[in-house]
Amino acid sequence: MERTQFVKPKSLKNTHHNYCPGCGHGIIHRIIAEIIDELNIREKTIAVAPVGCAVFAYDYWDFDVTEAPHGRPPAVATGIKRVLPDRIVFTYQGDGDLAAIGTAEIIHAANRSENITVIFVNNTVYGMTQGQMAPTTLIGQKTLTTPYGRDANRDGYPLKVCELLSVLDGTKFSARGMVTNPKEIIKTKSLIKKAFFKQIENKGFSIVEVLSMCPSGLHMNPIETKEWVEKELTKFFPLGVFKDV
Amino acid sequence: MKVLTKKYKIIIDTQHCKGCELCVINCPQKILILSDKINKLGYRYVEITNEENCTACGRCYLMCPDYLIEIYIDK
Repeated sequence: MERTQFVKPKSLKNTHHNYCPGCGHGIIHRIIAEIIDELNIREKTIAVAPVGCAVFAYDYWDFDVTEAPHGRPPAVATGIKRVLPDRIVFTYQGDGDLAAIGTAEIIHAANRSENITVIFVNNTVYGMTQGQMAPTTLIGQKTLTTPYGRDANRDGYPLKVCELLSVLDGTKFSARGMVTNPKEIIKTKSLIKKAFFKQIENKGFSIVEVLSMCPSGLHMNPIETKEWVEKELTKFFPLGVFKDV
Repeated sequence: MKVLTKKYKIIIDTQHCKGCELCVINCPQKILILSDKINKLGYRYVEITNEENCTACGRCYLMCPDYLIEIYIDK
C-alpha cells in the first residue's frame, strides 16, 4: 500500500476552479482547507465569501460558506458569530471588497473586537472587472482607470490596512504574508493558523493580509506577476506581524 | 554504499492544467516542463520528465494554484 505524501486536503471539493492561470486564490483556498483539516474544525466552520473573483468560494470549499454583499462580510460574520458563538467564523475578502466599499465594516468590526478571523487577499487591482485602480494600487502603477500611473495628488495614497487596524485596541492579531513562492506559502500558512488559534482561544479580532498574484488584472504573465509582487509590492507592503497580543 | 531506493509517484491532472508554469520555475530538480501539446481547456500543460530524479520536496504541490499535483511515496 502507498503512503501518501502530498495530497489535496479533504476540505476542498473534488471540482476544478475557474480562476485564471497563475491566480493566487487557489493557493490561499488550499492553505485554508489544509488548516481546517489540521485543526479538525471542518464541521463547525462557517466562511463568509466576498464579492469579487472569490464569490464562488462555496463551490470549492467543502464546509459551510455563506455569501455577503459588497464589503459586508465582517458585518455578516459578526451576526453569525454572535448567534452561534461556538462556531469558527472567518471571512475571505479581496482589496476592492475590504479596503474600498467595506472600510466602515472592517474598522468597526475590529474596533468592537468581534471574535472573527479575516483573510484579506491583496492583489492591488480590481481583478474581477479586469484591473481597475483599487485603494491598494501602488503610486505610479498603471491600471485601466489610471493609464498614466497612479498619481498621489489626484488619487491619494495606497491604503495599508494591516498597519491601520493594528493601532486599534480591538485588533488582537494583524499580520501580512504572501503566496509567491513555497517558503512564503509555508510562512503565510503559519500566520493564518495563528489567526485561527486567536479565535479558538476567544481572544478577539484577527486579520491576515495575503499579497497575491492577479496576472489578468495586472496584464502580465504569471511568472512576471510573481516577480513583480516579490520585488515591488513588498517594498510598500512589508511582510511581518504587526500586532500579536 | 547504501543506495537510496525510495521511489515517488507523481500524479499530474494534465487535462485541467492551465500552464501557468509556477511549478516549473520552482522545481529544484528541473524535471517539470511545459508540453507542446494542448489539453482540453486549450492550454499547454505541464509534464514530468525523469521521474526517478524527483525528491518529493513538494514545492510543485505547494505552488500549484489548481491543486492538480499529488505526490505519493511508493513503499
